[in-house]
Amino acid sequence: MPIAILVWLVTAAVTYFFAAQYWWFPPPINQHGLAYDEHFHRMLVVSGVIFILAQVALGWLVVRFRDDGKRSTYSHGSNKLELLWTSATAVLFIGLLMLGQHVWADVHLAKAAPNALRIEVLAKQFAWSFRYAGPDGKFARTDMKLMNDASGNPFGIDAKDPASRDDKTAGALRVPVGVPIELILRSRDVIHNFFVRELRIKQDVVPGMEIPLLFQADKAGEYEIPCSELCGLGHHQMRSRLIVMERADFDRWVRESE
Amino acid sequence: MSRIFSRDHTVIGKQYFFLALFAAFAGMLMSLIMRYHLIYPDKKVGLFAALWPSAAAGGIMTPELYLSLMTMHGTIMVFFVLTTVPQSGFGNYFLPLQIGAEDMAFPTLNMLSFWTTLLSLLTLLAAFFVEGGAPLSGWTAYPPLSALGAIAGPGQGAGQNLWILSIAIFCIASLMGAINFIVTILDMRTTGMSLMRLPLTCWAWFLTAILSLFGFAVLLAAGLLLLLDRVAGTSFFIPGGLLVSDQVINHKGGSPLLWQHLFWFFGHPEVYIAILPGMGLISTVLSVFSRKPVFGYRAMVYAMCAIGFLGYLVWGHHMFISGMSPYSAIAFSVLTIIIGVPSAIKTFNWLGTLWGGKIRLTTSMLFAIGFVSLFVTGGLSGLVLGQPALDLYFHDTYFVVGHFHIIMGVAAVFGIFSGTFYWFPKMFGRMLNESLGKLHFYLTYVGVFMIFIPMHFLGFAGNPRRYPDFKEFTFMEKLMPLHVFTTHAAFFTAAVQLLFLFNLFWSMKRGIVAAANPWNATTLEWTGPGEVHHGPYEYGVPGRENDFVPQTEKA
Repeated sequence: MPIAILVWLVTAAVTYFFAAQYWWFPPPINQHGLAYDEHFHRMLVVSGVIFILAQVALGWLVVRFRDDGKRSTYSHGSNKLELLWTSATAVLFIGLLMLGQHVWADVHLAKAAPNALRIEVLAKQFAWSFRYAGPDGKFARTDMKLMNDASGNPFGIDAKDPASRDDKTAGALRVPVGVPIELILRSRDVIHNFFVRELRIKQDVVPGMEIPLLFQADKAGEYEIPCSELCGLGHHQMRSRLIVMERADFDRWVRESE
Repeated sequence: MSRIFSRDHTVIGKQYFFLALFAAFAGMLMSLIMRYHLIYPDKKVGLFAALWPSAAAGGIMTPELYLSLMTMHGTIMVFFVLTTVPQSGFGNYFLPLQIGAEDMAFPTLNMLSFWTTLLSLLTLLAAFFVEGGAPLSGWTAYPPLSALGAIAGPGQGAGQNLWILSIAIFCIASLMGAINFIVTILDMRTTGMSLMRLPLTCWAWFLTAILSLFGFAVLLAAGLLLLLDRVAGTSFFIPGGLLVSDQVINHKGGSPLLWQHLFWFFGHPEVYIAILPGMGLISTVLSVFSRKPVFGYRAMVYAMCAIGFLGYLVWGHHMFISGMSPYSAIAFSVLTIIIGVPSAIKTFNWLGTLWGGKIRLTTSMLFAIGFVSLFVTGGLSGLVLGQPALDLYFHDTYFVVGHFHIIMGVAAVFGIFSGTFYWFPKMFGRMLNESLGKLHFYLTYVGVFMIFIPMHFLGFAGNPRRYPDFKEFTFMEKLMPLHVFTTHAAFFTAAVQLLFLFNLFWSMKRGIVAAANPWNATTLEWTGPGEVHHGPYEYGVPGRENDFVPQTEKA
């Protein structure tokens, strides 16, 4: 008897805190985030119902069929029931998965919009750098030998390349509001991870690979970027910011000299 | 000498049990130190300074020490507890007894696997004492961090080498064990013990052994390649063009993702290596203490086979956001969600076993019921994480930590507790104390929910895992009350485990002397060997004076 009550109490407490949403996602700042939250909410409701039904049933069975001196029912099972719950769970689980696939497809299977703003992201132990091509739309040549953090050249931009004159390097990620962005993620040393909670997007940054990542931010503001793949002893200090700006402010910032 | 280096499967089973008991408490102690540091990162602790004079000079822990403890906690718990007790400990002791064999097929090999496992544990612990300390790249040891050597951080030098060596030795031990289990089950069953009359524990040990055989073989190869990258200048996992601490790294052509594929090809089946024996055991325990046959024995066998097989096809769900093709993520997610189906079948059958039963709430039974409760809880968060769309946010947050601790950690440990209470009378000739056992169960059951449910909320808020402190980020500072609660719950639950430790050693000497078959069970470990006439779960058989028919008696 105490076990049933305990299972039910734990179930009630867990359900309460999940439903109360005291600790929750920050509000999303784009369409993808809204779609994400919608699918997550659907998953939460379905799993919540399964969770409650299963735990309540578990407790109830223990109470209902506790040893009261009578013999147990002799049964080896039922193929009909096995077939029923096998097919029911298969349909439910696969169905839920399919309902969410578009959220994944929108981020990873879509092509970059032709007007997308390309920004290079370089991760290293334990800092982020961002590079903008500037008005000419061209990223200048880079050379590993020229990489020098102390002189503000983490990308190793070759100053002899004329395209380098308007390249802009920054420690925070500034983007204009409502414009499609294509990040090109690179790492200089170990694996890092680019994560912005409000965008509902997370992507590993892997040395030796150039990984494109599409997003758009529709609400101006500042959002934190925590590295989310263990990268060494300064992992927890590898912080940057996503700064979403009004278009005019962004253009002004781009024109400013370094 | 021959009692220490014993070839007797019952002695070896106990040796594994006590090795894992030591490892479990060592791993738990590390988690307490970590949890304390997370909520008091700036507090000077004399104990830390005494334990680590340089890495915790003045009593304040460095981030690298935190990450080493995290790496060692994960490695110790996964390999030396979850892989060791359910399979090597209980399996060694009870597999031969349950199938009516005199011993394992290869007793000398069996002895060697235990001593190799001990060597592996000592090698791992030695990493604390070498220059730079224990490695900090986590139990998954992702390269290039794990491949670059000391330049990537303290502990990444000699400590990481010892870690790889330890894992390689553990793989060899597990391979020897796996071969022994497979041959024993196929070859040494007594007369009448057909495969479909095997207790579900034996099926679980059999499938786990097959999983170990393929999984540890791949991990062994991957570990050796990683070691070569570190000491022989090869570039299996290190790409070209790296600049680390302002030094150009002289490697080129390797792939960091290759390691992840190899590691998780082992790592995902490893989850089932940890949990399958628990599933087999609690199926038995629920049947014995409901005085009813297992509901759907055949369905249970097929479900375990399906889990074992599918377990090899889902490793990519650990890599959704790793940079691999987004199309493979979709394929892996379909297979991952499908593995939820046999898991659900098992849950339904456990509930079906309780239905119509005559339920006796022994401590062993309570832990089995707790297992089902935890399995449902952790399984549902798995349904979330198995979807790449949702993993886009949850990957590497505390949501993942909460999920795998509940299902792979605590559910498997509940299986171990259930097994300990169930088999203790056979192993030590005495009963564990039931009152103490029940108290231990109730407090632990509540405690683990208090520790691991708040971690789901931390995940909702996007709190990353593997952070030694949360001071740098505004949004994480606001989550500190959850961390404070979790840490207190962890200390409470850990303290409760002392009840178990006391019960274990006290009952070994002072417990009530056990009858030969204290649970009125049907299987051969209780009744003694003999010709087998029917399946293992004949409880509540109508028209019999006793409510059970041992496998050795005609129905």
